[in-house]
Amino acid sequence: MVVAIVLILLIVGSVLFHLLSPWYFTPIASNWTTIDDTISITFWVTGIVFVAVNLFMAWAVIRYRYRKDRRAEYEPENKKLEWWLTGLTTVGIVAMLAPGLYVWAKFVDVPDDAPVVEAVGQQWHWSYRFPGKDGVLGTVDARYVSDKNPFGMNPDDPNGRDDILISSQELHLPIGKPVKMLLRSKDVLHNFTVAQFRVKMDLVPGLVTYIWLTPTRAGKFDLLCQELCGIGHFAMRGSVVVEEEAAFQAWLSRHPTFAQTSAQAAGDAAAGKPLYAACAACHGAQGEGTPALHAPKLSGQGDWYLKRQLKYYKQGARGTHDKDVFGKVMVPMAATLVDDAAIDNVAAYIKTLPDRPAPATVKGNASNGKQRYVTCGACHGADGRGVQAMNAPGLAGMSDWYLVTQLKNYKQGIRGTHPQDQYGVQMALMAAILRDDQAVNDLVAYINTLR
Amino acid sequence: MSYVAHDASAFAPPAEVREVELYHPKTWLGKYVFSQDAKVIAIQYAITAISIGVVALVFSWLIRLQLGFPNTFSFIDPSNYLQFVTQHGMIMVIYLLTALFLGAFGNYLIPLMIGARDMVFPYVNMLSYWVYLVAVLLLVASFFVPGGATGAGWTLYPPQAILQGTPGESWGIILMLVSLAVFIIGFTMGGLNYVVTVLQARTRGMTLMRLPLTVWGIFMATILALLAFPALFVSAIMMILDRTLGTSFFMPAIVSMGQKLEYAGGSPVLFQHLFWFFGHPEVYIVALPAFGIVSDLLSVHARKNIFGYRMMVWAIVAIGGLSFIVWAHHMYVSGMNPYFGFFFATTTLIIAVPTAIKVYNWVLTLWRGNIHLNVPMLFAIGFIFTFINGGLTGLFLGNVTVDVPLSDTMFVVAHFHMVMAIAPVLAVFGAIYHWYPKITGRMLDDTLGKVHFWFTFVGSYAIYYPMHYLGFLGVPRRYYAIGGTDFIPESVQSMNAGITIAALIVGAAQMVFFYNLVRSYFKGKPSGGNPWEATTLEWQTPHTPPTHGNFGRELPVVYRWAYDFSVPGAPQDFIPQNVPPPEAATGARDRA
Repeated sequence: MVVAIVLILLIVGSVLFHLLSPWYFTPIASNWTTIDDTISITFWVTGIVFVAVNLFMAWAVIRYRYRKDRRAEYEPENKKLEWWLTGLTTVGIVAMLAPGLYVWAKFVDVPDDAPVVEAVGQQWHWSYRFPGKDGVLGTVDARYVSDKNPFGMNPDDPNGRDDILISSQELHLPIGKPVKMLLRSKDVLHNFTVAQFRVKMDLVPGLVTYIWLTPTRAGKFDLLCQELCGIGHFAMRGSVVVEEEAAFQAWLSRHPTFAQTSAQAAGDAAAGKPLYAACAACHGAQGEGTPALHAPKLSGQGDWYLKRQLKYYKQGARGTHDKDVFGKVMVPMAATLVDDAAIDNVAAYIKTLPDRPAPATVKGNASNGKQRYVTCGACHGADGRGVQAMNAPGLAGMSDWYLVTQLKNYKQGIRGTHPQDQYGVQMALMAAILRDDQAVNDLVAYINTLR
Repeated sequence: MSYVAHDASAFAPPAEVREVELYHPKTWLGKYVFSQDAKVIAIQYAITAISIGVVALVFSWLIRLQLGFPNTFSFIDPSNYLQFVTQHGMIMVIYLLTALFLGAFGNYLIPLMIGARDMVFPYVNMLSYWVYLVAVLLLVASFFVPGGATGAGWTLYPPQAILQGTPGESWGIILMLVSLAVFIIGFTMGGLNYVVTVLQARTRGMTLMRLPLTVWGIFMATILALLAFPALFVSAIMMILDRTLGTSFFMPAIVSMGQKLEYAGGSPVLFQHLFWFFGHPEVYIVALPAFGIVSDLLSVHARKNIFGYRMMVWAIVAIGGLSFIVWAHHMYVSGMNPYFGFFFATTTLIIAVPTAIKVYNWVLTLWRGNIHLNVPMLFAIGFIFTFINGGLTGLFLGNVTVDVPLSDTMFVVAHFHMVMAIAPVLAVFGAIYHWYPKITGRMLDDTLGKVHFWFTFVGSYAIYYPMHYLGFLGVPRRYYAIGGTDFIPESVQSMNAGITIAALIVGAAQMVFFYNLVRSYFKGKPSGGNPWEATTLEWQTPHTPPTHGNFGRELPVVYRWAYDFSVPGAPQDFIPQNVPPPEAATGARDRA
């Protein structure tokens, strides 16, 4: 008897939860409203069956609960009833399947006029490629991938020369125009998911997969990887900005073509030397860092990383948070580097400075830190030397007190929260695994053993 | 209907089996450790499976602690979080549920219910258990090797399963794959035994259409497993070769962490096809025995014949057959040719028809019954309710278009836990409360049983019903932390905390069950041979618990189907399968 009442309460509760709870699909931002319609149909059919069958069961339990003076009915089969139920079920199934297949036919049928955009996944970030003026993407191959050619472009393919490379986690798309997203992975499985678009697809190394959609709502949407891709899976996040055509074209034109990135001159260390004078005041003539001035060691750090940080300071992606006291000092300094060439040159000069490990100052339990470093090593390398392909800077031998400051900044949201800080978002998620100051110190103490 | 109920033509005089044909153990070791008695092997399977299952239960707590209270527990990091997720799933699906339903229930119930003295190959049956134990030990060993157990997800998808960036990619994955291969070898020994025993060792009069549905469920599940596990076996071997010898079965050209690897030309999607060719039937390997068990529990405790027995048998067979042509519904967004979607969505939704028939017939068995709301019946009702929920959400995920937004979200996690975790586990509990008196000769405590039921049933619903709505929102599965997004509201965190609390309570409630198992073994009320007044042969044994050889001197002869409850005109409301119809009994006397 109690069980029947509980069943009825669960049925009513489930329906009320569905109707009243605030948790449901996020508002759609693409043409795939038909997918939402198939979900509604499924909800109606399954909801009716859920309520009807369970209520019948609850009623049967109440009505036919044990009584001493009663006997159950002996009725092994009832063909008529069984065929009726089979028939009704089939009708319900068809009511769900038919619209489902109808919409799927659209899913597999990409509009002929949809231009292609490629999303490239790797552990654990995104980048993108547009076909350029010729409308054709150049061929790619894993064997061409290098730090200088992260997209693996075939240098001999003329179609690839004008491909526009977006080395950023942020993709822009024009509103109201269909687009065919080609999906490519360099390493493992990933999945391209923007919840508001409804459609998603895995990225599979060795294959190019696709989805198509028409963005219908302007805004910035989170792009999440939804296929387990390793330790950093949950931190593999990009974004898709949907905007008017003009704004989109302006954004696109700010990115280099493959021809431009391959022609890019390396920085000139000699030209960078005089520029470095301003840096030397704090960071030291040899780039060794000055703890008293809160200036970290620079020598030995990857030039690609220094360049990115200098650009962030110039763009306001770093050094703008109220609580980032020492980052603020860097802003006017970075402003003295007038253009990208100046940044390249000074980074090239820093590369020539001798790399001597900074003194160890942080005390902690290195063996506890070793356990924590398993996660860090996935990107920064087991040796802590940094991995350019992972956008992960060197840690070993760098200023340990600076690592502590930055980890705390990430934890407190001082760093890694600016929308233009592409890879800082990941670090903010990762730094959260260090629960307290002791954990930070232990970790850095372990990194100090790697020098 | 008469031929399923009373078939006098199948009457035959009782078979007499001489003692010498049975191998009776002579030593303590032979009786309790290296036993060839299916009943002892069943208990060994059950204890091993439940023990490793408790480990997986603890992993589920750790997963839930992280999701409910992120940034709180310093011993959970992204790496071991994935290890907990992976090992929880793998243990629960393979090492607990498959081993428990087939190894434990199959061994205990098949010979008793079909009227056989034992499995037909007792020695191989014994080996099967010991090989299974080795597989479990290999799995446990993988927790302790450098790098720990694999964290590739229970699906073990390459390339990530064997590449750096995934926990346990060095030794953990190898031990995992070897353990699976060993498990499959052990299972094959047991499985061939179950099939041959059901086909060859049924007692006189036990036609296939008189088999209790429990036996039908286990029998069909075993056939599925024998056909499906080889796909997992070969994929495990191929992945071991990719990992150790550098072959490229599943590995295309890859640039991993900036390094070009030596692989070329393999296909990760091929692995997924092989895995799910096994993985989908695996769902039914777990579900079909539960279907059978629940059918029998309902019938016995509602004192009513199972409704539509023949339809139930054919539904089991149809589901078993169809389960081999639906596998790619796990792969709608895997990058396989999207045109497959049409075929697999259609087959998947067709399988809903026989499944729905089973549900209707369970409910119609209660209808006009005389329902004893004892603990096995409560669990059976809990099973139906949970299974309906999980089955209906399967219609979302099976219908390719609806699956796309929900795939890889918490909706999937909620769905498969309802349908192939909670529902089968409720059936397992119902079965244990039902058959424990036969196994031990004592009843399980009723009050403790009810406490166990209410916490488990309502608690599980509190865990998984709201979880579907995380999936609607788009919350991904296998995420260590949600972090900040533009579409997942803050309130999700409180829901997650609530789910975690429910999960901890449900887990703790299982301790009541274990306590009941141990306490009742010593202090439970003596049950007698047939406490539920059931009809099937295991309740008609001369001894309780049954001794080696099950039926004493004479094997029973079966005269009727397993569901003669409340037959009009009969003095009692049940007639055991081995009770001859009046006219046949007269005939027997005449011949004698």
